[in-house]
Order: sequence, then C-alpha cells, then structure tokens
Amino acid sequence: MTDSTSSVSHLDLDESKKTFLDANELILNMGPQHPATHGVLRVILRLDGEKVLGLECVIGYLHRGVEKIAEHRTYTMFNPYVDRMDYVAAVSNGLGYCEAVEKLLNIEAPPRANYIRVILTELNRVASHQLWLGTHALDIGAMTPLFYTFRDREEILKIFEKYCGARLTTHAFRIGGCQYETYEGFEKDVKKFISFVAPKIDEYEELLTTNRIWVERTKNVGTISAKDCIAYGVTGPVLRASGVKWDIRKAQPYAAYSKFDFEVPTGQNGDTYDRYLVRMAEMRQSLRIIQQAVDGIPEGPIMAKVSKVMKPPVGEIYHSIEAPKGELGYFIVSDGSTQPYRVRVRPPSFVNLQALDLMCRGQLVADVIAVIGTLDIVLGEVDR
Amino acid sequence: MVWESALVAKLKGQFGSGVEALTYLGQNYLQVDRSLIPNILQILRDEEQFDYCVDVTAVHYPKRERQFDVLWILYSFARNERVRVKTQIAEGEHIPSAVSIWPTANWLEREAYDMFGIQFVGHPELKRILLPDGWKGHPLRKDYGIIQQDQEWVQINLGIESGQ
Repeated sequence: MTDSTSSVSHLDLDESKKTFLDANELILNMGPQHPATHGVLRVILRLDGEKVLGLECVIGYLHRGVEKIAEHRTYTMFNPYVDRMDYVAAVSNGLGYCEAVEKLLNIEAPPRANYIRVILTELNRVASHQLWLGTHALDIGAMTPLFYTFRDREEILKIFEKYCGARLTTHAFRIGGCQYETYEGFEKDVKKFISFVAPKIDEYEELLTTNRIWVERTKNVGTISAKDCIAYGVTGPVLRASGVKWDIRKAQPYAAYSKFDFEVPTGQNGDTYDRYLVRMAEMRQSLRIIQQAVDGIPEGPIMAKVSKVMKPPVGEIYHSIEAPKGELGYFIVSDGSTQPYRVRVRPPSFVNLQALDLMCRGQLVADVIAVIGTLDIVLGEVDR
Repeated sequence: MVWESALVAKLKGQFGSGVEALTYLGQNYLQVDRSLIPNILQILRDEEQFDYCVDVTAVHYPKRERQFDVLWILYSFARNERVRVKTQIAEGEHIPSAVSIWPTANWLEREAYDMFGIQFVGHPELKRILLPDGWKGHPLRKDYGIIQQDQEWVQINLGIESGQ
C-alpha cells in the first residue's frame, strides 16, 4: 500500500484527489464492540500496512458517574457502588474504600476483620488473575486455558457466595470491619481450595510457559521500560514486569499485610511474556498469604465501634491499595456531614490504558490485541 | 497541623509565603499559590525525586471566591513518600499543564477538564475523555444536578427523549 504502481504517483496528486489507496497511512477503527477489547473500548489505529504508527483510545462508553453518585449518598450507602467499578475484583475495591473512610473517621478494623479481609482480597486477586489469563490466552488463540481457569475460579466464587451471598459484586466489607463472621467450615474450604488450585496453576503453566506459539506471540511484544512505566504512572504487575520491585502491600502495608511473609515477583524485559510470568508468580504468592492468614487468624470481634450515622470530621484523605491491576486509590473530602463532599477514585486500569499507545507503536495489529490483554483492563473501572 | 521537614524548609526558603505545608491524619500536603505552578511541581520531580504522579484532580467549592481546588497527588519511589500539592483557582482561570513533567497527567488532566471544566494551558490535546465531545456542562461541579443531562445531545445523538 505504500507505493502506488499506477502511472501517477500519489505524491503528484493534490490532497483532495487522494483516495485511501494513495495514502501511506490507513486509519482503522477497532471496537467499541469487539470481542478482544474486554468491554466497550474503541481504539482508532493509525497503520502503515500492518504496522501500528499510533493509536487513540476512545473511552467513556460505560461512564456511570460513580464519583457524582458518591456525593449524593451517605458513606455507607456508597459502599456497594465501588464493587461495580472493577467488577472482577470487587473485594479489592471495597477494601480500599472502607479503609479510606476508616482513616477519615480515625478508626481501625479489629485484627480478625483484617485477616478476613486479607483472605478474601487475596482470593479475589487469584480470581482476577485467572480471569485475565483465560481471556488473554483466548485473545491470542489458546482456547484451553479459558476452560481451565473458569473452572477453577468457580471454587473461589463459591467461597464468596457462602461467605456473603454474592459471587461477583460481593459487598463483603463494611466501614469498620466485616459484616459477617466466617461461616462454619470457612477455613476448611479455603485450605481445600489452596491445595486444589496450586497444582492447577502448574497446569496453566504447562500449557503456556514453554508453548512455542505462546512464547512467539508474547516475547518482545508490547515492551515498556521501567522509566516509561513510572513516567506514565503505570502500576501493578505491568510495572513489576519491567523490573521495579514495588508493591503497596510491601511499601506502605495496609490491612494485615505486614504480618505475612511473601515475595514481590518481578520481570526484566517488561514484555507481554514477563507480565504473564509475574502474574503467575503472584497467584502463588497470594496462596502463600492466604495459607498464613488462615493459619494465624485470631479470635475476636469483627467490627470496630462505629456510630450508625457516620460524620467524619472536616478533612481530606488519600488511601490506596494494591488491587490486582495496580494502585487503586481513593481521595475523599469530608465536609463534616453524612455524605462525602467529594470522592475521587484513582483507577489503575484507566492510568495503565494510557500507556497502550506507547506500547503498541511499531508493533503489528495482531499484537494490539495481545497488549490490551496483557494490560488487564476492566472497562467498568476505566469509565467509572 | 503544620508539617515540618527539610523539603518544606527548602521550598519555603525558595518561595516564601506562597507555600503552606500542612499535615492531616499523617498525610502531608502543600497549599501553594497558583503562580508557583508548575515550578514547584518541576522542583518536586527533578530535585526531590517525586517521579510518579499518582493523580491529578479537582474539587469544586461554589461558595468560595476561588471556586476550585486543583490537586496533584505525588509519590516518590526512592523516598517511599507521598505528598499532595494543592492550589486554588477561580472560574475561568487557567492553570499550567503538567504533561511535560509527567506524561501520565495527560488523561488525568483531560478528565479534570471534562468533569470540572478546568483549563490546563500547554496540554497537547485538551478535550473530553469520558463524556462525548459535544456534551455541554461539567458534571462534577456542584451546581450540576445528579440527574441533569445534556438533553439536546441525548435527543440528537441517541434519538430518545431522555436518558433517564
């Protein structure tokens, strides 16, 4: 497409007479309804042949005005809404919000509640990574992992359902602790799950890690350097795969994370393959944390003393946690009333998606799919 | 509560009364004069290692003379420390963009523009990000109602009477 073979070169034509065949660039629209964009994401690609020269993301199709809604709800009433942002990691969303409001109220959840929080959040991290792996592999052409990961993720959702009655938008935590005591046999279920899923993760790895097609499709694809990650504010497994050993659970521990022994897996090349390895290792580390938490779960109350009508003193707070996708932050402004004056959600998917353009430049169209997958975005969180 | 540190002493020495350093619930923030943006942001990144811009956002106080708080949440990997920089601007007043300091500010500033109508000068492409381009109004302003919408846009583009 680059050179015209007709007698008149495209360079001789004036702009108005040029057709798309005469141009070196092709603009291709992808989405918003596209199976590989993981939701309603529209990407406008600028192509030279099959090579990506640049792209623009068009987002906002799922915008529901979560931050506006927050200003018209009480602190307690807004709690279930946060589950609907990153709906595959609803527990993490709830944890971040509850902890932010607790900080603003200057209260702390009791130790037992913190342990329950850690167990559920880490289970959710495994579930989120499993869903990521299944869909990401499917996008690249490996269909089997999807069936494996969804089969195993079901076990986590069953635990959630038994604990709080919901599978996805769990609303598991309350401001000040947890609403529900663990059900009878909870610890047994969790331990059973750990011994069930550990060999399954090996199974996923067996399918992919040395699979030639997988390696060819992911190695040196969508590479991003540590420097660029930091400049673009990219966090989570993407940052770690580029070699930055940074995890909020370690850097600024929250809940009960300082009590557990776990590693922060990192990669070196910052490509799609390294991000895959980092997430696989993270799942194993999560299991380690869950095991320690279940073994050491203390007895005691699960709710701090919180008044029914919450009126945090006038002030502002920023609190962030390590969600499966990266840094999830809440900036809350209180004016002393029962409703937050402003709630700002700092969504990891939104910020990470911004690096898509940088990561796709010079790559092939097919790799755009791989890069969108490897960023692990959830459009519900991007658009809020 | 007043926040005291070597960083604050340095900034105060340089900018004098334009900087106020405070701390609340163990979190430090700088209340700075609008004219010090972007210099102070540049210094925080270049000299104080605040290399990661976590968030850029705004808060609307319609009763105040200078209606908007614009704030930057920063983090330093080397110091493992967070700081918030806050400034006040009036309706229609401009604020320099931080895209040349942290590329990540690009989408974050677009969102602040979309939701609050804050004009970031020097932004490469300041346009709406979550709402459609032709939308009227900035929803996170306090005078924008919760069920309010751009009726005209909805009727023309969606072909329905109301999105509610």
